[in-house]
Amino acid sequence: MISNIQLIFDKENEGNQQNFVPKMDIDQTELDEILQASLLRKDLPIPNIPEINIVRHFIRLSNKNYGVDTGIYPLGSCTMKYNPKVNETIVKLPGFTRIHPLQEENQGCLGLLYHISKQLGEITGMDGFTLQPAAGAHGELVGLLIIKKYFESKGIKKQKIIVPDSAHGTNPASAKMAGFSIIELISNEFGEIPLDQLEFAMQDGDVAGIMLTNPNTLGVFDRQIKEITRIVHENGGLCYYDGANLNPMLGICRPRDMGFDIVHLNLHKTFSTPHGGGGPGSGPIGVVKELIPFLPIPCLISTENGIVCREIDNKSIGRIKAFWGNFGVIVRAYAYILALGSEGLKKVGQIAVLNANYLRILLQQKYILPYNRICQHEFVLSDQGIPNDITTEDIAKRILDYGIYAPTIYFPLIVPGALMIEPTETESKQSLDYFIEVMNKIYEETKQNPELLKNAPQNMPVKRLDAVLAARKPILHD
Amino acid sequence: MDYEFPDGLKYATTHEWIRIENSIATVGITDYAQHQFGDIVFVELPEVGMVFEKGSNAAEIESVKAVGDLIMPLSGEIIGVNQNLAGTPELVNSSPFVDGWMIKLAFSHASEIDELLSVDKYKQIIQNEEH
Repeated sequence: MISNIQLIFDKENEGNQQNFVPKMDIDQTELDEILQASLLRKDLPIPNIPEINIVRHFIRLSNKNYGVDTGIYPLGSCTMKYNPKVNETIVKLPGFTRIHPLQEENQGCLGLLYHISKQLGEITGMDGFTLQPAAGAHGELVGLLIIKKYFESKGIKKQKIIVPDSAHGTNPASAKMAGFSIIELISNEFGEIPLDQLEFAMQDGDVAGIMLTNPNTLGVFDRQIKEITRIVHENGGLCYYDGANLNPMLGICRPRDMGFDIVHLNLHKTFSTPHGGGGPGSGPIGVVKELIPFLPIPCLISTENGIVCREIDNKSIGRIKAFWGNFGVIVRAYAYILALGSEGLKKVGQIAVLNANYLRILLQQKYILPYNRICQHEFVLSDQGIPNDITTEDIAKRILDYGIYAPTIYFPLIVPGALMIEPTETESKQSLDYFIEVMNKIYEETKQNPELLKNAPQNMPVKRLDAVLAARKPILHD
Repeated sequence: MDYEFPDGLKYATTHEWIRIENSIATVGITDYAQHQFGDIVFVELPEVGMVFEKGSNAAEIESVKAVGDLIMPLSGEIIGVNQNLAGTPELVNSSPFVDGWMIKLAFSHASEIDELLSVDKYKQIIQNEEH
């Protein structure tokens, strides 16, 4: 494998020997006849390379790529499950691709959007949904703007949001972006919210609500969740559910039944659409009945003339994105939901939990698990107690040498040297066993041959990158 | 793990050290804190003249692993910041108590000094965190 690949823009002009572009079959017009000079550029430095070399360039790049189609991808909190190919077949149907969202005959597409809103409502227990948010954190922002608008409509000003230290980093960031200030709650030794701290924080009177992920980033379910939402509600707050970790809950329990008022889902995690380098995402928001008027406009509603798109309520937070959201992602999620059905989705949750606990029990024989409980979809190991000052980073880099993607590292912050592992339901027992075998081999290497880890990766196209130098002295241009 | 604890300093539960000289306090993060952060890549300091309450965030510290805050151990006005950290944030790792200092402040409530921790109390906090 050639390890250094030039950027395509840096390639020399290789001439245009043989290309397969169809002949021009329309009348030509000179550009300067239709555009004024100030809008025209004199040069256009795009590489002039034969088609075969362009193909080779991108195939070489793709050979260096690693994705869930290549191997196990245990990246905690990211739910890197397999993206079924049937999703791709469905989304490429001409009825979905050869359509304009605003054309008149689009009942099929509107119907799909309307129908998946109902399905997501059934899965989460929520009364109304918007499919507009483009990704998870966008959904969080929309949810928080809804909370803000809700209190404004009642003439109440509340300026604070409670976020526990086991939350995703996007939670406090989104709250801040929506204009709230943050009260941080410190998790107890079980990784759960201390109720006395919550009661105390709620007495402030200025608290608009709480943002929670359940199971949280430690992969543990907060057993007092109904008490938590009761305390927040009794003190006049709203409860926001970060649905990033919904996967193990599918078909088992619903955010609404836990007492939540707003939930965002990550279709690109739980509902198997491509993400990471393969985005885009989709972060629909579900709300309870009282909050439906605040959802973004336009909304899809069902009338006797079919599904229509309307700007219905002046309480709405306004426009967020086009009403069809990231439509292609939504179509894939819809295909996934229908392919599995309610029993299939329940099985997803069950196997996700089983797989994570299988890894947890077996890896715990060598690695330290600070929050030692039955987990849900993921669990978090620590690098404490690993011989020869080997760190989480060393282990993660060594994992790459064995042809596996590394877990999430150094997050959540409440576990020192965190290694956050989420296998998802789509890995077989054989593939989990291979991961365990690799982790055990690496543990032996930390004792026998620590230099191997300190210098890892050995087998990748590039050696250990200097992340510190890159952050301290970034080269942002040539 | 053995950490450095120089003489003559006060500490805060949030891992700042404080050196009091006359009516001026110099503040940085402890050896333990810089170890927890790992390689520090960026420190965003406040501007001279800004006034903060005790407990508020005065500076933002970013490492390859995490982002954290320098919490004001005393209320007061910022009268100096360590400009060297802009180009060489690694000073916080290599010399947390001397070259890696972050802010100097003129404190407004001398009584708050009594609430700061002695080195022995601070060592206890670290012990609890490590176990």
